[in-house]
This record gives sequence, C-alpha cells and structure tokens, in this order.
Amino acid sequence: MEKGRVILNQERFSLTIERLCHELIEVYDDFKDTCLVGIQSGGTPLSARINDRLNEILGDRGMPFGKLDITFYRDDFRTRTQPLAANATEMDFIVEGKKVILVDDVLYTGRTIQAALTALNHYGRPVNVDLLVLIDRRFNRHLPIQSDFTGMRIDALDDAYVKVEWSDVEGEDQVLLFGQKNDVS
Amino acid sequence: MATIQQLSTRHVLGIKYLTAEDIHLIFETADRFKEVINRPIKKVPSLRDITIANIFYENSTRTRISFELAEKRLSADVVNFSASSSSVKKGETLLDTVNNILSMKVDMVVMRHPAPGAPQFLSRHIKANIINAGDGTHEHPTQALLDAFSMREQLGDLQGKKIAILGDIVHSRVALSNIFCLQKLGAQVKVCGPPTLIPKYIEKMGVSVEHNVRKALEWCDVANILRIQLERQDLKYFPSLREYALYYGVNKALLNSLDKRIVIMHPGPINRGVEITSDVADSEHSIILQQVENGVAVRMAVLYLLAASR
Repeated sequence: MEKGRVILNQERFSLTIERLCHELIEVYDDFKDTCLVGIQSGGTPLSARINDRLNEILGDRGMPFGKLDITFYRDDFRTRTQPLAANATEMDFIVEGKKVILVDDVLYTGRTIQAALTALNHYGRPVNVDLLVLIDRRFNRHLPIQSDFTGMRIDALDDAYVKVEWSDVEGEDQVLLFGQKNDVS
Repeated sequence: MATIQQLSTRHVLGIKYLTAEDIHLIFETADRFKEVINRPIKKVPSLRDITIANIFYENSTRTRISFELAEKRLSADVVNFSASSSSVKKGETLLDTVNNILSMKVDMVVMRHPAPGAPQFLSRHIKANIINAGDGTHEHPTQALLDAFSMREQLGDLQGKKIAILGDIVHSRVALSNIFCLQKLGAQVKVCGPPTLIPKYIEKMGVSVEHNVRKALEWCDVANILRIQLERQDLKYFPSLREYALYYGVNKALLNSLDKRIVIMHPGPINRGVEITSDVADSEHSIILQQVENGVAVRMAVLYLLAASR
C-alpha cells in the first residue's frame, strides 16, 4: 500500500488554523449574529478547532456552533459513491437572519457544499454564507462554488485523494495526498 | 471515511428475511431521521425522483398515515390506493392491479393485504421494491422495527433484555414480526395469553409461554400488549370480553403492585378496557404515542435504504 505524501505537516497545520482564525476576526470583528457550522463528518473537527481557538483569542462569546449532516441532501446518494449511513446533525439554533461560516475540510467537486447550502436553508434564511475550507482542490470543481477562506490550495489529479488527519483521532494533525483513493489505509 | 452500508435485501417482506446488521442499519438511519422530523422544516430531498404506491387491501389508520408522511418527508411522490374504492370490487386480480399501477412508472410499493404471503408473491412477479405493511396473520415488519426501535430508546441495546408479548398471539402479525426482530437483536421473548390464543408449537421458535399475566409482567422489562383481533376470530376463543379483561387485561392496580417499573407498549388500535385500561394506556409507563412518532422515522429509514439499493 502506497503511503500518502504529507502536504501539510503538524507545524504548518497549526499555523494555517491560526491564520484562518485571524482572517475570520478581520472580517467578522466581534462575531455578532454569526454562527459556525461544520459539515459532517470532515468539517466538524476543523470547525470545532476553529471555534475553540476563537474562544481562546476573543474569550467565549457563545457563538452558536452546529454540526450539519448532508447525507440526505446529496444528489448522488443512489450512485453509492457516498455513505448511506448518516452522521448526527446537531443544530440547536436556526440560521434565520444570521451570518453563517460554513466549514469543510476539503473543497473538491463542490457537490457537498451545494448539498450543505440546501440543508442549511431548512434552518432558516441566512443573511450570508461564507465558506471556509482547509484544502481547496482547485482544478476538480463540478459546480461554480469557491471558498472565501482557504487554508491551502493544491492542484491534484482527479484520481488523487486528500486526507486530513487530526491529533485526537489519528494521532497527528496533518494533511496527506494519496495517488488513488484505494491507497488510503 | 464512513463506510457505504446497505441492506442485504431489495424488499422488506418480513423481519424473517432481514439480518441483524440490516436491523441495526435501519435503527442508526432512523436515529438521523428522528432528528429530521423534529426540525422546523421536516423534509429532506433524498427520494425526490422516486414514486411510491401505497396499496391497502385492508383498513389502516396509523400505518397508512405513517407511511405517507414518511414518503412525503423524503420528498417522494405518493399515490394512494385502497381496495374498497377501486376496481378490485369489479374482480381485478392483485397482479393485474399492481402491474397497472407500475406501468404508470411507480418505483416502490407499500402493500397491506389480508392474505399471508401476498407481498412475497408480488415480489416474484414485479420489479418494484416491495414493503410489506401487514399481510394477514403473517408479518408486519415495520411495526416490529418501530417497536424494537422504541424499546432500544428506553432500554439501550436489547441484548439479553426481557420482552413479554401479551394478548392475541395466534392472530397477530405484529407478534410474529416482533418475535423474529427481538430474537435477532438478542432479546428474550415470552408470550402470554389464554391457551386458545397462543399458537400450539410456538415454543419451537425459542419463546417461552406464560398464562398468568402477573407472572409475565414480573418477569419482563417491556410489555407489548396486543389487541384482541375480533375481526380475525372465526370462533369463540374465550367466553367474553369482560372475562378476558378480568384475567388478561393490564390495569393500573396490577402495574402498581409490581416492585419495578416496566415499559408498556401497544401497537394500536387500542380496545380500551379490554386488553389495557385507559389509566395504563395514558400513564407514564406507556410509550404508545412515542411508538407512533418513531414509526415515521423508522419507515423513512426503510424507504431511504431500499431506494438506495435500486
């Protein structure tokens, strides 16, 4: 089994998160009427990390923080490229009139984001939605969807697979690039 | 990366034909749908390209409304058909009726029929996915799934838990499906009722038999109380409803005299004052209305998972 190549190591990983947090502060200032929504399952550890770091920097201001599962909103669920078994959605607030920071780990075809926007509509009409991703795979988009806050841009072939690992799950914060999805152990 | 799981079957004809893994997958999916139906907007677009026919040859309130709501909350298109107001009255056969409905491009069929095995018969002759919503005295799989799902909510994992099924076992499709389902989940099952309403060789299925309601209630964690199905009883199985209520009915005094709290369930419709008194049905022991709520979530899960296997 081919081992993945590290494209973001532990040190640069934490720098990137730090930068993303400060970019958010630049735009959102005191985060009034703003909420953070992580997309299950890849986006939730990232959004939790960002939420924690923002609370450390600014003090806990009780910004609503939700986890959104989009399995039931996918347009490709019967092609079985995506899991059928859904993750939990934890949204104990509605987004009506709020600014939403939508968080995912990897922006690839854009279909996940499209499904997430549909799902988000079921929790009210947000004032605006910004997209934050750790990795933007530039040349693989199927839809006109771009990120507003980006950790790292990479150019990879369609076959390649990007895996984000977390210290509390896999033991180390890092991003790996695999030649093919089947190579992921 | 979550793994891609799916059911081992294209139809849900009975619990007998499902594996324990299937049942667990349905429950996990139903957990998610339960969250969906408690949102302000209780709808997801998963089945927007699917058309479902609800074909009911027998009367139904809960099951029919529950299926229809489940279908609508998954954004499926729904057509309803009931035998009493259709060409069945003119002598059309089951297969002809269903084939005619299917030629209008229907993808899934939910059917209730008085003849045991009707959904199995249909599944051999048509292409659509079939969900059995009750076939005679045979099976009612989605009811058993929602019953077990509701028990799981109260007790956690059902492995080793004690479930008593009380009442008219011999005429009950709910009892049979419940026994299959609970056994696949590792629970112990006891049936209780007058000897005339207990099938003769039911011990062969690995369930125990009790004729004393108090003993059954003292033994169990959950009592699933079934309706006396007068419409299916062609002869006298017990002298009178009053006598049945006296010896086999569950009342508050009996429940209070137990030294533990048990969960009371009933698949409906209730014959109040016969198998269960009103003060028990409406008590804090009873989860009868939670069962109904869970019914929608469980049926959404079944429809969703079957649609994915198309």
